[in-house]
Amino acid sequence: MDSKKTPLTKAPRLDAREASDITKNPYKVDFSLLASDENLHYLDSAATAQRPEAVVEAQKRFYENVNANALRGLYELSVEATQLVEDARQTVARFIHAKSPREVIFTKNTTESLNLAAHSLGELLLKPGDNVVVSVLEHHSNFLPWQIAAKAHGAEFRVIHPNKDGHFTEEELAEKIDDRTKVVAIAHVSNVLGTIAPVEKAAEIAHAHGAVCVLDAAQSVPHMQVDVQKLGCDLLAFSAHKVFGPFGVGVLWGRLELLEAMPPFLTGGEMIDSVSEEGAVWAPVPQKFESGTMDAAGIAGTAVALHYLEEVGMEAVEAREKALVSYLYQQLSALPFVHVLGPKDASRRVGVVSFTVDGIHPHDVASLLDSKHVCIRAGHHCAEPLHVWVGAESTNRASVAFYNDKADIDALIEALTYVWEVFHGSK
Amino acid sequence: MDQNSIYGPVLLDHVSHPDHAEELCDATHTQQGVNPTCGDDLTISMRISDDGTIEDVVWTGSGCAISKGSADIMADLLIGETLDEARHLSDLFGRMVRGEELSEAEKDELDEAMSLESISRMPARVKCAELAWRTMDEMLKEV
Repeated sequence: MDSKKTPLTKAPRLDAREASDITKNPYKVDFSLLASDENLHYLDSAATAQRPEAVVEAQKRFYENVNANALRGLYELSVEATQLVEDARQTVARFIHAKSPREVIFTKNTTESLNLAAHSLGELLLKPGDNVVVSVLEHHSNFLPWQIAAKAHGAEFRVIHPNKDGHFTEEELAEKIDDRTKVVAIAHVSNVLGTIAPVEKAAEIAHAHGAVCVLDAAQSVPHMQVDVQKLGCDLLAFSAHKVFGPFGVGVLWGRLELLEAMPPFLTGGEMIDSVSEEGAVWAPVPQKFESGTMDAAGIAGTAVALHYLEEVGMEAVEAREKALVSYLYQQLSALPFVHVLGPKDASRRVGVVSFTVDGIHPHDVASLLDSKHVCIRAGHHCAEPLHVWVGAESTNRASVAFYNDKADIDALIEALTYVWEVFHGSK
Repeated sequence: MDQNSIYGPVLLDHVSHPDHAEELCDATHTQQGVNPTCGDDLTISMRISDDGTIEDVVWTGSGCAISKGSADIMADLLIGETLDEARHLSDLFGRMVRGEELSEAEKDELDEAMSLESISRMPARVKCAELAWRTMDEMLKEV
């Protein structure tokens, strides 16, 4: 595939200042679904992002021209399919600053990556009396696997709580992480509050006690430059479909020596060197963790999505999204019947703003916004412990990506006023 | 999408000025119904007379407009009916929210509950509209 030669975006390369002009939108044209319907206001990218045409095309090209099982096969097509997967591994490694492509494992999504991490680290590290530390902000997929692993190995499951702004203090981290802590697993960016966790600090404290630091980066990789060397974590998980790539592909990055020590999670085809009636010898990393047929077309599409982002430029993406989140927060806060959750300082948020509307259930809000072609998420966003902690049964969540613009946010605000009037005009 | 017809004056009037959102001190039957994923949590109570007539139906609890409005409309509809008639209406309501075609006579029977007809095109909200009725079905099974 010649994805690196032909331009993947129709938008000009903008610097941070140009990109943060949210009255203009040079990116929409790359996204068929958004470009074809001017009235559609997609504010649910934290659930899944839209994919640029280049990604959709890459998958189509795979099926049309290269379709074979990426099994390191002995015929040309299979070799080519295998090569695409290995190229994608390199692209991912470069994108997150991994030391080697061998540190990149392809899974089907963040959930599978974190289940792999919890199951395998549980086997490797946990003994009765040890503990695992997660935060109350976690998505269920970075909460349940650890809760289960802790139970299975007789370890304690500890939950750290942020301050009322959604930020973790060093004191809280230092209090919960001790010499019996084997794993500290936290979200880089909260999928409900949009707050950024102090990963470097958490990793430092974890390492000081001999623990491993695992990062759920599903909500950070799409929005900011993620450098695993700087962050200092040991494992990191994210999904392609939130990074403008296809459904069905996830990534687990890990430090090579740790991955080599970890036992496999899913077993079966393609993850062994040899199998006998007595046992098996596992394949080297990363194949040890990649059992069964891979979504080679999806993996090829994932690489194109990351190339696309590199072409648009992460500086531009970050600057534009900062402007969008700041405007979104400011406009929502100005509505007297809306309450915004989380930090008031919009510059400390990434991608999402969650809110409630006085006396109106989030599901009613979302249904009525839908009638105005505004798509948001409503519910507990797979983060029930967090909702219990903030004292809200469920919330509304608007989330942005760089392909959004001021008109999308204005449409949301106008539609929220309509929602309020529907309920209060009937009295 | 037809949400506008759902959030119309009939439903919203039952939400903002419910007729049956109260406790019933001489209830003969009480049942709680919950939709765990949305947090809808309703308790339906009714009083059945010796001859098997539903004399009163009330509801309390919290939830979205569709679950609460549907409960109030159901209470209106079932008061004064026999148990068999209530089972019949519940069956009609179930068919309506599943998107089945009803005859004009059947639509007349459902009366204000027909305001929830387009819920069948909002699959995520069907369980909200059904909550009160499903809870009622539980009670009707035990009578």
